[in-house]
Amino acid sequence: MPRALHDMNALIRPLESLGRATIGSLAGMGYAAVLLGESLYFSVAGWRIGQPLRPRAVAEQMRQIGVDALPIVVLLALTIGIMLGIQFIAALSAFGAQSQVVVAVAKSVTREFGALITAILVAGRSGSALAARIGSMSVSQEVDALATMGIEPVRYLAAPALLAMLVMLPALTIFADAVAIGGAALYSSPALNITPSAYVMQTLSLLEPGDVWQGIAKSAVFAVLITLIGVSTGFSVAGGAEGVGRATTRAVVLSICWIIVVDMIFSYFLNR
Amino acid sequence: MNVTAPLIEVEKLEAWYGRRRILNGVDFAVNPGEIRVIMGGSGSGKSTLLRHLLGLHKPRSGTVRLLGVDIARASERQMLDVRRQIGVSFQGGALLTSLSVGDNVALPLREHTNLDEATIRIMSRLKLEVVNLGGFQDLMPAQLSGGMIKRTALARAIAMDPKLLFFDEPSAGLDPVVSAELDELILRLRDALRMTIVVVTHELESAFKIADTITVLDQGDILMTGTVDAVRHSDNERIQDLLNRRPREIQVDADAYLKRLTEEAA
Ligand SMILES: Nc1ncnc2c1ncn2[C@@H]1O[C@H](COP(=O)(O)OP(=O)(O)OP(=O)(O)O)[C@@H](O)[C@H]1O
Ligand SMILES: [Mg+2]
Repeated sequence: MPRALHDMNALIRPLESLGRATIGSLAGMGYAAVLLGESLYFSVAGWRIGQPLRPRAVAEQMRQIGVDALPIVVLLALTIGIMLGIQFIAALSAFGAQSQVVVAVAKSVTREFGALITAILVAGRSGSALAARIGSMSVSQEVDALATMGIEPVRYLAAPALLAMLVMLPALTIFADAVAIGGAALYSSPALNITPSAYVMQTLSLLEPGDVWQGIAKSAVFAVLITLIGVSTGFSVAGGAEGVGRATTRAVVLSICWIIVVDMIFSYFLNR
Repeated sequence: MNVTAPLIEVEKLEAWYGRRRILNGVDFAVNPGEIRVIMGGSGSGKSTLLRHLLGLHKPRSGTVRLLGVDIARASERQMLDVRRQIGVSFQGGALLTSLSVGDNVALPLREHTNLDEATIRIMSRLKLEVVNLGGFQDLMPAQLSGGMIKRTALARAIAMDPKLLFFDEPSAGLDPVVSAELDELILRLRDALRMTIVVVTHELESAFKIADTITVLDQGDILMTGTVDAVRHSDNERIQDLLNRRPREIQVDADAYLKRLTEEAA
């Protein structure tokens, strides 16, 4: 190969792989958008074309995504609540502003931490499970079998998960909010010289509906992200058991990255 | 649709994976009541052809008509109607691992009929009896042997009494007795339920036993379609190689060979 051409290649190669990666991720997003559209379509109008959404499948997904996650959500939310209590008391007492602890905890939990922690947890538990389940089903031709039986794989596998996630993630988030504030109350009330119930009453009077809604709105967006990333990586698995493993990891990492970035963008626009 | 119209009509079907052409314009028709065996060496494109027949891939060019419906143009509704009338038994079984044997067989009935639970249970057990798996409905797929998986897949494929049954590699990986039993079963299904059956296999013995007609596929081309006798006595060299298990003669193209060895990864 002539020298000049070789140098050109050295320049072009990285550009080429960058281009390919860009096209790949754009294609991935396009595919996720199609999945979203189809899932919503089947949920709303599937019964008209003989592809009804099964309430039982949705309930089963709701159990796996929501109910089974309760213990760990409680544990994490409680810990986060106590942690925020510790930090705010330490930081605010430096300014003699201890009375602001209650409002600081209330707002940061409802607007940020409740939704964020719950979403990251659910991405790790259920996003990966979706990718693994659908991935191994693609590999063993179960997805093809569903299609040839006249059962749309998106309707059977993706739509119930999306609906369940859209209900359960906001529900878990509200739950996490309450537990985290309870945790903060347990830790902080002695330091603030009030009873835990007075702490909670004070929190309730300080919180505005908008604070809670902000967290819930985010969690609905996270629900869509987690499901779409899990399902689309699952459906695109190629290459046997190893491919399933890779897809699972990819689903978790991608979901968490997207959750954090989207959270930041949301916070920016909602708090301007 | 008149009675003698072919159930499957394929015209000039081309299939590509990326930039490789796998099927080079295949023509193909299967008549009602026929058992058609698709034979051919490994990598000749049998599974690819089957996936196109099932509508799992859209053809790059050419048409596939199942039960008179062009599956590339069909609406969702038409496609669903077609799929309710076909049954497929995949090579690896493709049973849903989260469902028991009984639930796997009952799945098409649950999804496509309004029958009550008791009827569905009875019907799915009947299908399991047909494939000699009566009483196994509560096992999970992971607890089955290879032969039982294939038979369960067959039971699920015939759950809706399809007009058209596809069977990928019924005897691959099974002992001769079990695979002979499966062959008998296929013949019985055609005779008792008047199904039209397409079987993909490279087991010569079973192909000759069950086939009415055989299509021989080689490197993406159909070498011939004919009765068992016609195929047996064909004077096509490639077919005789296949029948007599002769290794094919590979011509070495020195330039291409060198190019393959020295080529850099694209
Ligand atoms: N998903 C795929 N992506 C790219 N190439 C593929 C894919 N599946 C099959 N091929 C290629 O298509 C060709 C035909 O494969 P196919 O599976 O149809 O063969 P076959 O006749 O079923 O062989 P066998 O008897 O071994 O199952 C092979 O050369 C194979 O490499
Ligand atoms: Mg094959």
